[in-house]
Amino acid sequence: MCLGVPGKIAEIYEKGGLKMAKVDFGGIFREACLDYVPEARVGDYCVIHVGFAISLLSEQEARETLDLLKEISNLETELGPGTAP
Amino acid sequence: MKYVTEYRDAALVKGVIEQIRRTVTRPWTMMEICGGQTHAIVRHGLDQLLPQEIELVHGPGCPVCVTPLELIDKALAIAARPDVIFCSYGDMLRVPGSGRDLFSVKAQGADVRVVYSPLDAVQIAQQNPEKEVVFFAIGFETTAPPNVMSVLQAGRLGLKNYSILVSHVRVPPAVAAILSSGDNRVQGFLLAGHVCAVMGYWEYPALAEKFNVPMVVTGFEPLDIANGILQTVQLLEAHKVEVGNAYSRAVRLAGNRPAQATIQRVFMECDRKWRGIGLIPMSGWCLRPEFDAFNAEKRFEVEAITADESPLCIAGQILQGLKKPNQCSAFGTVCNPEHPLGATMVSSEGACAAYYRYGRVELKDQVGRYER
Repeated sequence: MCLGVPGKIAEIYEKGGLKMAKVDFGGIFREACLDYVPEARVGDYCVIHVGFAISLLSEQEARETLDLLKEISNLETELGPGTAP
Repeated sequence: MKYVTEYRDAALVKGVIEQIRRTVTRPWTMMEICGGQTHAIVRHGLDQLLPQEIELVHGPGCPVCVTPLELIDKALAIAARPDVIFCSYGDMLRVPGSGRDLFSVKAQGADVRVVYSPLDAVQIAQQNPEKEVVFFAIGFETTAPPNVMSVLQAGRLGLKNYSILVSHVRVPPAVAAILSSGDNRVQGFLLAGHVCAVMGYWEYPALAEKFNVPMVVTGFEPLDIANGILQTVQLLEAHKVEVGNAYSRAVRLAGNRPAQATIQRVFMECDRKWRGIGLIPMSGWCLRPEFDAFNAEKRFEVEAITADESPLCIAGQILQGLKKPNQCSAFGTVCNPEHPLGATMVSSEGACAAYYRYGRVELKDQVGRYER
């Protein structure tokens, strides 16, 4: 139910008084409501849940997390397998 | 950055799990709240990759599973009316009520439709002015902004034939209920990422402190979950009671303010029964009285319907992390996806469904069960 899928905003328009968008999910396009992320622009990525954008994804935060986890993983490779049995 | 493939990198996930292995010094039990995370954990085999010191127990974060039986019966009563088009998320159709489910009502001729978004239900109401269109508004905090927007949009369009049957629940009261239980075994929580995307996580430090349990906001991809577990283990091992955020690309401390404001405008807090668990005070949301015109329970006078659960089903204990699905005597035998006793066996987020689908039946248990 709380499934949220990241999608890229391809086009923004108004429909029935709501701010709507055409959203690109890796080549599949669906409509989503942007009323809860009014700051979203074309090209931004959002988490889409049941046809609504609920969160704007932060590329900077995403990169920082990935860099940190890569560092942890590389550290592991250099040190060899863990000490646990 | 595609925000999907990067978080499914097997080598990275294994690296993070190796770091968990290095960090852990003693057994810890942690709970993932969200049923979506339960399915990701079992589907990707994270439960089997983790060091044996880490036990994951599965939480109540499956709205389909916790929607009380009597509300399903109310939905069935409304859906069976010839003047009604009943719209629902697909997951609800196979959930057993006292006697039948929405699928069988549909098979008997009722107009029951699966929708992707509540705005689809509003559109159906617009296109069918001679019919009553009812949307089954279930969900946790994540789904509240879409569901309340459908009410506001129906009002804006002047629709008189749209109403919602509400069964909304909230995570913090459930966390408090689990931690207050004398049987509680949970020492750390993986908080539900998308619930926190909407609500933020500012409510949780007080809970963490009160019950002395660290919590980490966690996403849904395998790397996100491994990262959430790593951060939880680090806090537990350091005896730190804090609330961390392992899903910072989508979740901010304050959450989504416009969504919270819209929820507050339409919903108010109320007591709510959780299927298999019982009543948790102020754990739900219902429509404010000024939205009575959109309240299906009032429109169709089904408020008096009550119901009781199957005594065989232990879904309530599973949803509180007290038991695992394969510890149930009915699991895989009298209860299976074709003939479910409880909603946890049919929901795409139910723990029983995950264990059944991905084969988490302990072999010796299975042999024993079939021999009996």
